Amino acid sequence: MNPELRRRTPTLRAARVILAKDLRIELRTLQSLSAMLLFSLTTFVLFRYGLDRTSLEGSLASGVLLMTILFAAVLGIGRLFVAEREQGGFDAFALAPIDGSALFYAKVTAQLIYLAILEAFALPVFAVLFLSDWSGLGALTAVLALLNLGLALIGTIVSVMATNSRARDLLTPLLLLPLLVPLMISAASAAAPLLDADGPSFAEFPKWLALLGLYDLIFGLIGWAVFDYLIED
Amino acid sequence: MSAPSPRILPFLAVGLIATAFGLVFFYAPLEADQGFIQKIFYLHVPLAITALVGFMLAAVHAIIHLRTGDPIHDARAYVSIHMSVIFGVAVLLTGAIWARASWGKWWVWDEPTLVSFLIVFLLYATYYPLRYAIVERDRQARYASVFAITAGAFVPLNFIAVRLAEPLIHPRTLGAANGGLPAEMMFTFLVSLAGMGLLWVTLVRFELAAKASRGHLKRLRRNLLDPDQDAIATRGLGGRIEPLIEAERA
Repeated sequence: MNPELRRRTPTLRAARVILAKDLRIELRTLQSLSAMLLFSLTTFVLFRYGLDRTSLEGSLASGVLLMTILFAAVLGIGRLFVAEREQGGFDAFALAPIDGSALFYAKVTAQLIYLAILEAFALPVFAVLFLSDWSGLGALTAVLALLNLGLALIGTIVSVMATNSRARDLLTPLLLLPLLVPLMISAASAAAPLLDADGPSFAEFPKWLALLGLYDLIFGLIGWAVFDYLIED
Repeated sequence: MSAPSPRILPFLAVGLIATAFGLVFFYAPLEADQGFIQKIFYLHVPLAITALVGFMLAAVHAIIHLRTGDPIHDARAYVSIHMSVIFGVAVLLTGAIWARASWGKWWVWDEPTLVSFLIVFLLYATYYPLRYAIVERDRQARYASVFAITAGAFVPLNFIAVRLAEPLIHPRTLGAANGGLPAEMMFTFLVSLAGMGLLWVTLVRFELAAKASRGHLKRLRRNLLDPDQDAIATRGLGGRIEPLIEAERA
């Protein structure tokens, strides 16, 4: 191996540093998170008012929850690389002796943390506003965890492409929504029986969880394999 | 995509498609259940399979492009996607006609094959806004390749997810559910499939040739107007360009 390469910063350490930087920026500005939380709250209120029901169940409940999370996630994904673009982070990254995947790991983790915070807030609000039976919520967190991973992986790939294009914010939802269709179908199919009026049912739960996991695995591998090509200049 | 010369390729494709249509109308038996309208099957299904295979080929070219950096593979991926999107429009139209005739509706939402094809089509439709939103040439090619790979992996996953989520009424063409196709139908179907595949290859090759000659022409024209500007770019053209420039000066 070439001695230049051996002097590189270990990827995981670099990823930790980038992640810490992102979280610090987010903590100081609260730009993405506050928007995501506020958006989810507003959407729930709109649904509550628009649907005019005291409680939701089954596919309608899972649809309301997952659509809200999806669109709140799109807000966060759109801003994932804004600091890099505006303050020359991509150039600095190209100059630094670190592997491209460090940025990928850091951004996926950052997005995972934002989504977890979003759901820690949105799920109780959703339960209070719409659910009469809370017994399915435990299993629902497993669905949401796998959904979050898929959102973060695909979101990171799409976000870096959109950020470096002319159309920017326009492209993120345009590319993201069709790519997320199988993920959303699996998550909705897994979540709907959990929110049934007469208690959660688990008949098809493993099948959908497996499909969510497969989706995460495949796009994780793709993201890891192609990310270098997205940031090189 | 090498083998037969581009000169005979269109004739082969047209011949094969004409044969396929001959078989469809005079050889394949009338389907007992649906009657004459079922014959659209020999157009609709080969188109759909060709389009999906074309998307997959684009992903393969995209992988080679990222690995080698050779722009020809980016061009091939682009043209493959372009042609498959056009075939996709035909698939959706013929599918709608068939659905209207046999189910009574132009579109059926609880039908996995229709919905997944529509989603795939919509995803590939975003290839154009992505590609043309990136100004810089190299980056445009790289991002387009990343898209083609991601979307290529997406196609089978999408079919699995949508199929698992919905009941089945769309005919499982090649599945064993109905005991498969009778031999005459299968033969006709395979000839149609080969014809459509060949048509796709022909059109892709024509578009690639058109793109190459358009690039060539642009270079020649630029040189004619300003011969000193990019002498380096024309070095590969040898002496052919010099007489033109001399003529222009005289």
